Amino acid sequence: MIYWDLLSYAAWIISALLLLWIVVDAVSVSRQFDEELLVSSREGADEMLDQIKREGEDK
Amino acid sequence: MSQSTSSGGEQKRISMLKVLNPFHVWALGVGIVLVGEFMGWNFSVAKGGAYGALIACWVIGLLYSCVAMIDSEVTSTVAAAGGQYTQAKHIIGPLMAFNVGLYLVMAYTMLEAADALIVGDLMAAVASATGYADLNPQPFVVLTIAFLAWLNYRGVFMTLTVNFVITLFAFLAIIALFIGSDPLNPGNILKHSDLLTELPYGWIGVVAALQFGMWYYLGIEGTCQAAEEVRSAGRSIPLGTIGGILTLLVAATLTWYVSTGLMPWQYLGQATTPLYDAASIIGNPSLQIVLFIGTMFAAIASANGCINDAARAWFSMGRDRYMPTWFGAIHPHYRTPFRAIIFLIPIAVSFAFTGLLDQVITFSILSGLLGYTFMSFNMVRFRKMWPLDVIKRGYIHPFHPIPAFTLLGLCSVVYFATFLGYGASLLSIMAFYIVASVWFVKRRYQFVKRADQFTMPWPRPKGY
Repeated sequence: MIYWDLLSYAAWIISALLLLWIVVDAVSVSRQFDEELLVSSREGADEMLDQIKREGEDK
Repeated sequence: MSQSTSSGGEQKRISMLKVLNPFHVWALGVGIVLVGEFMGWNFSVAKGGAYGALIACWVIGLLYSCVAMIDSEVTSTVAAAGGQYTQAKHIIGPLMAFNVGLYLVMAYTMLEAADALIVGDLMAAVASATGYADLNPQPFVVLTIAFLAWLNYRGVFMTLTVNFVITLFAFLAIIALFIGSDPLNPGNILKHSDLLTELPYGWIGVVAALQFGMWYYLGIEGTCQAAEEVRSAGRSIPLGTIGGILTLLVAATLTWYVSTGLMPWQYLGQATTPLYDAASIIGNPSLQIVLFIGTMFAAIASANGCINDAARAWFSMGRDRYMPTWFGAIHPHYRTPFRAIIFLIPIAVSFAFTGLLDQVITFSILSGLLGYTFMSFNMVRFRKMWPLDVIKRGYIHPFHPIPAFTLLGLCSVVYFATFLGYGASLLSIMAFYIVASVWFVKRRYQFVKRADQFTMPWPRPKGY
């Protein structure tokens, strides 16, 4: 049935567009921003940890 | 949250956005799992019969209740992306952390591939029902992975809000099926008195059924990957996780009750979509449509949550240099681990294109099981090194160490059950992780900045 063939082609095309958008954006971000900034996150940045730290300092 | 500045006021840092709440955590955990209620759990019926499947449902439910409690306590303290990987790094050591990180990435990526395969197969089933018998499912498999990767790339809030909506729909579909089966009038639609039989293969069949009982709950531990993006992790993670396991216990029991009251165990044990079949037997077209959409949504929600979790585990390993630091990047606008998301797309598509649904799922289950085994040791060590009065916890699980020992005992039984059915897979996955461990120790660990990986402001552990 032609409807399902069209749907299959549409699925391939939309997938390709989405993946292309992701890759183009990732390349663009990597060029625009300094690598040190992109990999600068630190784990566990949470208000609970701040509280624990404060309690430790108080002791 | 915008870019934050370090205490020196010079170096700018990017962090993930803290935008999630307990409902998102619930949606992440239950979303990954609920597809197992729509298909897969019923293979336990083929091994142990209807009663054997019920025993598996509740025994494995106990295993996952232990997982949920342990995870809630440790994650409420180790509030970082990476979940169990980060816990292992802080509590046990680098080699364990590397292995746990790999378990997580493999388990979620394989499960994502399996979910995408299910979406493709459902589309092929619809095409077949409308007279087009030879629909190639591959474009729909790729579209599922591409769309969900795009969604994950664009931000965690929308990703998990979508997951909440479709997971809630899928859960309500199970409730609708239960109500539609007229449970207040036993014998009217549900024929338990005719269909429930003795254990067909005795108690060894029940043991064999345990492996498939994991389908009811596999992935609920994924809630802790949201720890770095949730507001008030100490409160939200336990709420979302414990709420999630309670939801799953209800959904699993209802699923078993309705299905075994409508289908003989010989059919149910090999059905592809047992809940949809149950709706078809009831004969209500609206219920059939709801269950079909519920099955589709459950598979999509599962794949969505798996992309979220696998990417965060891989990202965390990159951030600690267990993998190249390139993967530890955060997108400056969307605040997502964008390179980890991209890297895992071709891997998921490759697994999905093998078409080996049962092998892919078995690899995923075994990776999960290895992770649960680690959790039991992790919990005992955590309480020993940092007793309750030393570190503040958002949640303290009761009856320690009983849940940890129960978890270890149940994991051992499931290993035996898996060995009975998939001995070769079990041995090959063990070999894979041993080879990966040798590579990590010999080649990769030299790049890890050892002091940098321990970031928690905890006091020195007891005994050190």
